[in-house]
Amino acid sequence: MSSAKRSNEPIVWFLFGVGGFFAAYFLPIHIMLYGLAFPLGLAPDPGYDKTYALLQNPLTRLYLFVLIMFCFFHAAHRMRLTLSDILNMRHLNTILAFVCYGGAIVGTVAAIWMLAVVH
Amino acid sequence: MADTIILEVERFHPERDTEPSYQSFEVPLRADWMVLDALNFIKDQLDGSLAFRWSCRMGICGSCGMTINGVPKLTCETLLMDFAPGPVRVGPLDHFPVVKDLVVEMDDFMAKLQKVRPWIVRKDDFKPQREFIQTPAQLEAFHQFSLCINCTLCYAACPVSGLDSNFIGPAAIALAHRYNLDSRDQGQEDRLDIISQHEGIWDCTVVGECSTVCPKGVDPSLAIQQYKLTATKEWFKSFLLPRGKN
Repeated sequence: MSSAKRSNEPIVWFLFGVGGFFAAYFLPIHIMLYGLAFPLGLAPDPGYDKTYALLQNPLTRLYLFVLIMFCFFHAAHRMRLTLSDILNMRHLNTILAFVCYGGAIVGTVAAIWMLAVVH
Repeated sequence: MADTIILEVERFHPERDTEPSYQSFEVPLRADWMVLDALNFIKDQLDGSLAFRWSCRMGICGSCGMTINGVPKLTCETLLMDFAPGPVRVGPLDHFPVVKDLVVEMDDFMAKLQKVRPWIVRKDDFKPQREFIQTPAQLEAFHQFSLCINCTLCYAACPVSGLDSNFIGPAAIALAHRYNLDSRDQGQEDRLDIISQHEGIWDCTVVGECSTVCPKGVDPSLAIQQYKLTATKEWFKSFLLPRGKN
């Protein structure tokens, strides 16, 4: 029985699951504030300087890194399953996984780079 | 309102036909009739060659599942009147090979069901001398999953089981989960080996149609997601503490 091959899917599902949590609870806050409320004047805009100052705190950078990374992997997993099942591309599973998760890794590295170089 | 309704029934004779076709029957539209009553009317009065499965007529045996106007339902608890003025399309369950007309082949499902060991597994030499006492909370933990009647509507509704015939599928996983959650059971480890394979829980993409169509209010989708969490914990555990059996 224990010789049965267990799937390695748990790792991507874990990233997808945690990413779902961030994408559902935290991402909308940022979109609401920086995408709608501040530009439309619905809330007082903190302005560049205050936002920039906030970014100087390593905890802010750590938070943004975690938020961006998990959201990328959430999107990658969802994209892979959508393409493979809805668009019937199951036979391309390896390529899809490579492109989707590879994209998420590239996005995460780009986020690390940006968070590292902003001073 | 008209006192009859047209039933378009899918017909397929394996020795004669290469493709299924629809045949229309005009049946009485009675307020107290289920779709199954209409099918029985056809069989008794109009065409005795129509093949379909049924038994209890009360949503317990799970044998009369068919596709009614594109949705998998138990014909014994689907009112004919709901489809007035008609026509109503009745076909066999999707994602199963058709034996004849509305009868589908269940062998594959039965094999999958057996694979997940849906019974109480004991590792010790357990010979109860009296009832095995369970608290209401322990019963509550698995009760809803024990209501499954193996009607396989969830397999017909699940797009993944249509795409991948190896997918163990909603009902079998929900039943495995039912025994995993049972305080008397000790078979979790064995089932995990089967269910945590790719064709087990990981094939599921949380479409959720299985839970929507279930006539008994079972939530197989929930069972699968809970199982994914368990399997993920076990995966990380086996990664951190490589397999030395304790």
